[in-house]
Amino acid sequence: MKQMRVLSLLAGATATAVLIVGCAAPRPAGTTGGAAQPAAAKPYIPVISKGFQHQFWQAVKLGSENAAKDFKVDITFEGPESEAQVDKQIEMLQTAIDKKPAAICLAALDSKAVIPLLEKAKAANIPVIGFDSGVDSDIPVATAATDNIAAAGYAADKMAELIGGAGEVAVIVHDQTSRTGIDRRDGFVNRIKEKYPNITIVDVQYGGGDHLKSTDLAKAIIQAHPSLKGFFGANEGSAIGVLNAVTEMKMEGKIVVIGYDAGKQQKEAVRSGVMAGAITQDPIGIGYKCVEAAVKAIKGEQLEKNIDTGFKWYDKTNIDADDIKPLLYD
Amino acid sequence: MEARVAQTQGRSLFRSDAVQKLMAFAGLIALFIVFSLSSPNFLTLNNIIGILLATAVNGVLALGATFVIIAAGIDLSVGTVMTFSAVMTGVFVVYWGLPIPLGIVGGILAGGLCGLVNGLVISRMKVPPFIATLGMLYATRGLSLVISGVKPIYFNDTPEFRDIAMGSVLGTLIPGLDIPNAVFILFGAAIVAGLILTRTVLGRYCFAIGSNEEATRLSGVNVDGWKAAVYALCGMFAGLGGVIMASRLNSAQPALGAGYELDAIAAVVIGGTSLRGGEGTVLGTIIGAFIISVLANGLRILSVPQEWQMVVTGAIVVLAVYADIIRRRQ
Repeated sequence: MKQMRVLSLLAGATATAVLIVGCAAPRPAGTTGGAAQPAAAKPYIPVISKGFQHQFWQAVKLGSENAAKDFKVDITFEGPESEAQVDKQIEMLQTAIDKKPAAICLAALDSKAVIPLLEKAKAANIPVIGFDSGVDSDIPVATAATDNIAAAGYAADKMAELIGGAGEVAVIVHDQTSRTGIDRRDGFVNRIKEKYPNITIVDVQYGGGDHLKSTDLAKAIIQAHPSLKGFFGANEGSAIGVLNAVTEMKMEGKIVVIGYDAGKQQKEAVRSGVMAGAITQDPIGIGYKCVEAAVKAIKGEQLEKNIDTGFKWYDKTNIDADDIKPLLYD
Repeated sequence: MEARVAQTQGRSLFRSDAVQKLMAFAGLIALFIVFSLSSPNFLTLNNIIGILLATAVNGVLALGATFVIIAAGIDLSVGTVMTFSAVMTGVFVVYWGLPIPLGIVGGILAGGLCGLVNGLVISRMKVPPFIATLGMLYATRGLSLVISGVKPIYFNDTPEFRDIAMGSVLGTLIPGLDIPNAVFILFGAAIVAGLILTRTVLGRYCFAIGSNEEATRLSGVNVDGWKAAVYALCGMFAGLGGVIMASRLNSAQPALGAGYELDAIAAVVIGGTSLRGGEGTVLGTIIGAFIISVLANGLRILSVPQEWQMVVTGAIVVLAVYADIIRRRQ
């Protein structure tokens, strides 16, 4: 008897929790009618991202939702909690394929691990659109992404210009395994090595995109290299870490800080001049263009294989310019 | 009876604790000497302050975990409860416009509430601590994201908030000695924790429950009630950690906190607190927390790759416990 009671209690609690969450969860973007409407009314496109917690992904989400409204499709936006959870993303992709959607948008965490599932999608005639980073396969009909190597290379050129072509430079990257981490690191480091023989990169470290850990990391690097002239943070968390380190050690103006992406703190630092400038991608454009490409693929239109969503350099002088402002999220 | 249990326990522990503390302290000194000899940039006032500051958050989390571990429990949720408290502080101060002191108290109490729920689930529902706090880890991680709307909360409109951790009361008294307040908050918290552990009923029952829960119960102690109190106390320390983190980053970052519980547990264990319960000291925990920070900082200054830094930390955790086991055998 007692067991039965516990069981029913559990079942009741689970049902209540599911109900609450079900009501609280936002409807898929672009849905105008009630949940009771048949889903077949609009094409359904699951967007599987690399994450959802970072501001960058929230901006991508916004872009994809805008496209969903413009093109009258239903989308869902989901991603694993951290960019290391390749396995979770694969489960999400599997579930998405099982729902037999009209198309799938995917930002692959691991460019090889997803290939077997992409083959399944291809067999089921579901077009796949890549976004943010590519896949080592020609199954995706198109990929909307920033050219991170070129963007980080541009950051290196700016760094060289700002420190006068000589001196010590350090780099903090979010991780050493993801495509964007590797591309930004190599893009920056290789450009310095090729073009600027008088600049030495004294350290490249990885802070996991964690603001606090990146701060302490950056402080130790500055401590170890007192004559450091420049510091590059390769994503938002890394850049904020570098920024905190420089302000906490009162080295503002002595070290040239170059960041990546946006966010409120980075924007303010650029405005005040503590950060010399940063590379921004177009996250809203990435989200928009991948859903747009998916819609075109559903209609059977021909697509360009690589949709370059571009990058821009911003600093004090152009942060409020018309072509920059919309790219910078808070 | 229970007083005797606690007392004999306390007395017999005194000596072995002293040895353990000595060993941990000797380890810390050894690390200092090795790093100072290896790099001229290690033993500088700025770097020492950097190390102290880097220990503040983990140290405070570890203080709370010390109580729980002495009481033969475990708290896996300290990292995410910290994040949750930081977010709640942001809600109180930024969204509700409460005065900063009230916001801080609110943040600490939010942590305490999470701890209390842990304690009640463990003591009344008899869910093992590992499971109960694992549940809390997930729940608070999710709640932080839900409440903040997956966006960092910035304290830009209340610049005084940043001064809580990053201002320097000492620096205004003695110019030039700008040691940030966070360091003194850590030491203050350690003194409070030490007093609670050695001078109050709660501390005595911590040891009693940890060394023999059944005997303590049979001697008429309200074990369930005290257990709940121990977890609530741990939650409050996590809450304080959240306030320090939010103040240092000038923002409540809702996606942070994963993995922080392991650093805290490592600090406690290196400091000589037994995971079997019944023994441990606050001083040991503080030394343990410093060992972790000094290691991270020193290896960073020597530009040792981060991957190896993790390997070394792992080896030290195991060695510290092994040294303890050898000492017991003698």
